[in-house]
Amino acid sequence: MKTLEQIHKIREEKRKELDLRVNTQADTREKHILVCHGTGCTSSKSPEILENFRKILKEKNIENVRVIMTGCFGLCAKGPIVIIRPEDTFYSNVTPDDCEEIIQTHIVEGKRVERLLCKDIDGSIVNSLDELNFYKKQKRIALKNCGVIDPEEIDEYIAFDGYKALEKVLKEMTPDEVIETIKASGLRGRGGAGFPTGKKWEITKGYEADQKYVVCNADEGDPGAFMDRSILEGDPHSVLESMMIAGYAIGANKGYIYIRAEYPIAVKRFQKAIDEARDYGILGKNIFETDFEFDVEIRLGAGAFVCGEETALLESIEGKRGQPRVKPPYPAECGLWGKPTLINNVETYANITRILLNGAEWYSSIGTEKSKGTKVFALGGNVNNIGLVEVPMGTTLREIVFDIGGGIPNNREFKAAQTGGPSGGCIPAEHLDTPIDYESLKAIGSMMGSGGLIIMDDTKCMVCLAKFYLEFTVSESCGKCTPCRIGTKRMLEILERLCSGEGTEFDIYRLEKLAANIQKASICGLGQSAPNPVISTLKYFREEFRQHAIQKECKTLECKALSKITINEEKCKGCGLCQKHCPVNAIEGEGRNKRVINQDKCIKCGTCLTSCPFKAIGN
Amino acid sequence: MEENLVTLTIDGVEVKTKKGTTILEAARQAGIDIPTLCFLKDINEMGDCRMCIVEVEGRRGFATSCIQTVEEGMVVHTHTPNVLEARHVILDLIISNHAKDCLTCTRSGNCELQTLAVKFNVLNVEFPGEMTKHKIDDLSPSIVRDFNKCILCRRCVAACKNVQKIGAIDCINRGFESCISTVGDHSLNDVNCTNCGQCIQACPTGALHEKETIDDVWVKLKDPEAYVVVQTAPAVRVALGEEFGMPIGTNVTGKMVTALKRLGFDKVFDTNTGADFTIMEEANEFVERFTQNGVLPMITSCSPGWVKYIEMNYPELLPHLSTCKSPHQMFGALVKTYFAQKEGIDPSKIYMVSVMPCIAKKFERQREEMKNEGLYDVDNVITTRELSRMIKQANIEFEKLEDSTFDNPMGEATGAAAIFGTTGGVMEAALRTAQDTLTGQNLEKIDFEQVRGGDGIKRATVNIAGKDVKVVAASGLANAQKIMEEIKSGKADYQFVEIMACPGGCVMGGGQPIKSSKIRREVDVRKLRADALYSIDEKSTIRKSHENPVIKQIYAEYLEKPGSHIAHKLLHTHYVERPKYNI
Amino acid sequence: MGEEKQKCCQCGCGGKDEFLEKIFNEYQPIKDNLIQILNEVQEHYGYVPMHAQKAISEFLNVPMAEIYGVVTFYSRFTLKPKGKYNIAVCLGTACYVKGSQKIMDRLKERLKIEAGETTPDGKFSIEETRCVGACGLAPVFTVNGEVYGKATVQKMDQVLDELSKEG
Repeated sequence: MKTLEQIHKIREEKRKELDLRVNTQADTREKHILVCHGTGCTSSKSPEILENFRKILKEKNIENVRVIMTGCFGLCAKGPIVIIRPEDTFYSNVTPDDCEEIIQTHIVEGKRVERLLCKDIDGSIVNSLDELNFYKKQKRIALKNCGVIDPEEIDEYIAFDGYKALEKVLKEMTPDEVIETIKASGLRGRGGAGFPTGKKWEITKGYEADQKYVVCNADEGDPGAFMDRSILEGDPHSVLESMMIAGYAIGANKGYIYIRAEYPIAVKRFQKAIDEARDYGILGKNIFETDFEFDVEIRLGAGAFVCGEETALLESIEGKRGQPRVKPPYPAECGLWGKPTLINNVETYANITRILLNGAEWYSSIGTEKSKGTKVFALGGNVNNIGLVEVPMGTTLREIVFDIGGGIPNNREFKAAQTGGPSGGCIPAEHLDTPIDYESLKAIGSMMGSGGLIIMDDTKCMVCLAKFYLEFTVSESCGKCTPCRIGTKRMLEILERLCSGEGTEFDIYRLEKLAANIQKASICGLGQSAPNPVISTLKYFREEFRQHAIQKECKTLECKALSKITINEEKCKGCGLCQKHCPVNAIEGEGRNKRVINQDKCIKCGTCLTSCPFKAIGN
Repeated sequence: MEENLVTLTIDGVEVKTKKGTTILEAARQAGIDIPTLCFLKDINEMGDCRMCIVEVEGRRGFATSCIQTVEEGMVVHTHTPNVLEARHVILDLIISNHAKDCLTCTRSGNCELQTLAVKFNVLNVEFPGEMTKHKIDDLSPSIVRDFNKCILCRRCVAACKNVQKIGAIDCINRGFESCISTVGDHSLNDVNCTNCGQCIQACPTGALHEKETIDDVWVKLKDPEAYVVVQTAPAVRVALGEEFGMPIGTNVTGKMVTALKRLGFDKVFDTNTGADFTIMEEANEFVERFTQNGVLPMITSCSPGWVKYIEMNYPELLPHLSTCKSPHQMFGALVKTYFAQKEGIDPSKIYMVSVMPCIAKKFERQREEMKNEGLYDVDNVITTRELSRMIKQANIEFEKLEDSTFDNPMGEATGAAAIFGTTGGVMEAALRTAQDTLTGQNLEKIDFEQVRGGDGIKRATVNIAGKDVKVVAASGLANAQKIMEEIKSGKADYQFVEIMACPGGCVMGGGQPIKSSKIRREVDVRKLRADALYSIDEKSTIRKSHENPVIKQIYAEYLEKPGSHIAHKLLHTHYVERPKYNI
Repeated sequence: MGEEKQKCCQCGCGGKDEFLEKIFNEYQPIKDNLIQILNEVQEHYGYVPMHAQKAISEFLNVPMAEIYGVVTFYSRFTLKPKGKYNIAVCLGTACYVKGSQKIMDRLKERLKIEAGETTPDGKFSIEETRCVGACGLAPVFTVNGEVYGKATVQKMDQVLDELSKEG
């Protein structure tokens, strides 16, 4: 147990001690080696790197240097990442074997290890994090502490204003004032649908009940999205603190966080956060010497995407199959065990403390008219800087893809971006300048979604992409309602027919009819949005669908039955390189003669395409 | 009570209804029908199938009319082109994954999916595709599951899990692969199923049906060597007519007997006579237990679904169960002994057929304990539905039949026996005999209103010979569970307990005519059938089992007295503890 | 299933499962805990054995069909033991876009089993996963949880060859 006074003292002292984390000019003789421990870096051996650093420091008897594990820095493509502070030197793609050199050269000799310094897309050396284009247009609010603090140390969280918002709320604000602040900030749900958060709190508060619950949805299931996981891994206390604030605002004393079991690190760190907060008396009874009490429990998801849907999540917490309930009634009225329940997702909570500390006005000054604040995206696919980015609402897709993301690799063309995962839609090049906010994305047939942002180059077939998402939906449909259970299956079958050359033009009509009705008639968000990837690809790439259906042709190599690789006779110089690389000996011709592809043997792997120095091979 | 009323508009019609009413119900009140499939009043209200969707002005997407409730000023449209197209697509999708062998399906003509397909004029399947494949489970003596015809409405699951609190079946797997099955996809025969058949009553299609055994009856009727005897349970006569288009609750005893005779049965007897024997034995057993400090409360044992339930779930309470066989088993035993002897027929030549409202009886009849001298008391149990099929196969125009009466010498039955077919009836019949036995008088007060009616649990205290007897009649296994828990925990102070596995008793048995969700929504089927039984009782000249002359005669000639050695041998049984799962 | 018999006799003749007893001591016998308990069982055995489902059914007083319904709903729960090497290929979008399907196809072709299955010798099993969170390394697959990033068909072949040798 810590008294409020003790916590204030921790904050003050620890903050001084950690100044070097955020201040390159910090007046200290200490150095902190920050080793990223997000899942990406962890799977490329960052724990081993951390151990090595500590071992070597001990062997060399070096003092005043601490090795810290942190949450995700965001630039996963460059991982594992090591940053040395206060000077902010950024080492990328570090291996455990590099530790010795970093300690010797950087720490002992005071020089930088040039070969490990991070390089930007243009090849220029990056001296510090802020220099990187990747970070220049970002604004970190939800991710503020990620990569700065050790997520397993409550003191470090407290040092950076942790639990200050909770104290302020409990001591100085009424629940209504808290709700008013959140409403005024303009914050909207970051889970995808964008419902105004403050309003949700107000509605939930409005229902009288002997028991209410606060739930955090951390069942991040969108394939290719890892925003929530990074927040939980990098800054678990901020979510915990915000859940408590929500509890105070709506009149609940019990919280559940539903985390995917596939996120073991997030689970472990959040449990640690709960334990530490309980130890400090921040969680439990008489919090901060007030009457407020609150406790939180973790519930593990067991591998069902549909449990990201709020009512399915509630069913799952209750120990049942995760099958959504018909709404209304909404959880705010009838949620967990029939009690009023507030459900927000991780990123939404991560904004709460910042709003309460900095004020609604500050928050609402960021973003667009209707979409305030920032949004975290997991940028992936055919883009150079794969990673986690947080940008103010209103940033354009072009800025994210080309400025932050560093453009498309291998000099390929941008074909489309996909937001919102299996519930979202694709955005073609013509809409690259669309500002990212809830309304604009919806207007062009996509959606904000939880934050997956996948970039596709011109080697990707849009029919296949639609098929990929339908495969996902079909395998993740809970099976409760007819349109989703059978309808999505039928859509997938049609897409499979199109991709294998067995489709007809009538199939496109079928697809559209099914899509429209599944959208309207399904019970939950999963079913209602399942047709979106098909509807939006049909909207922007209809011609590609027609080519598949009528000409039986796929311009990419993805639909093997429909693609044909040929060698342009005029361009071919007879070098034979393609022949050398072909794994199935499908290329015929000898000496300096022009080469020909034997279509019976060709497996359309595309190896020859990349091997030809004269760009003579095409499809 | 104005504040509890809500005014809304449905298809342009202004409707005033109570707050909390569903849109579906409000529409019904206004005479507007909305199609449903997964909805089953009070049992399954989940909104899964999406047939009942409607448009509500100002609301995004469709509203689910079977569960969403009315709001003041709501404007509902039940058949806009959008709604109709969506319903059509949904129906098409369901049919695309449904075995379409309607001509050879037992539910053809009484299938809710078929009815909708006709209504929506589905002439071809617009979205064909892969169909889920399931093997047919026909290992249970009572229930056949053919889930190639299942439409995932989950009404059976609700009936089994929520109404009966059994949970033998549930939804397994996910998405397109979802299906209704047992643990590990084992046969119903190997899991905690009680064979009550409420799942069959809930099923809108032919995915669940009884194990049909009428072919065996036809074979025996053809066999000149066989002496084929039939008996019909009390509840059959007030439901059979429904299969021939007669109103629910029509008493067709006379026509039924004529039909059975025309089918060629050698003797047509009445299970009601068996029921009178049951009362004689059971009342005697109760009086013995009551006066000699026996195990109390005594619990009735004529519902075989219930018997299997207690054997599986409360084996420690088996001593409470009356040792009496159920009426048709008693009657079968007497036919093969007393009757055979009297008529000089070789009992091994007798083929005893019971027509029952019940499918658990199919299980009961083949229990090893239900044998005497190596012969089963009853050789075949067919349901009310199966009998109607036999009559139809024989092309008998049932509605036009003259009445006739049951055969003698065992064709007389009392009003007490008739009400066996409804919850509380066995209790009431037993009390009539018990009070006369205990007082030694012929009492006039014989109506025990407290144990009548449709409530799942009916508690009463009756004064017999100056002593208060606490009784309870429960129907439906969820209610049975409540009573068992009371007894187990020692909280119960009942002396006599009647349990029927099916909610409402035998009139609502698993073998009775299946009523569509629409009918069950509109009328109280249980009440109509039960009222018909009470009316038979009321019109009977003899209303107490112990006054039945046939009973008196057979005890005098053969059985000596209730509880005698021979009565025990023929009319009583014993029970075994059963594992819930044989897997 | 000789191994399972050893762990806990099916007939209830007294064979005890210490792990389950420990779990039952830790949890209240209320239905809400079903998924928590199943997670522990899956973690411990690598699958959810029938005897455990039976024991949980009695402990929580929940019908076995319902437990089976929950087990077959969540993809994390499996009814059969996984192979000695459980290879999971990420089919999340980021990996998919970078060609993880090809790697999955190759894996199925080599092991001659489908996703969710185990080779007859019990050595390998294949799993499809959706995003293990290593999108920076896409495409990825994992072997018993260890991540192999920037994967190719060749790399998969190499790993399979090595694991096959190891026995």
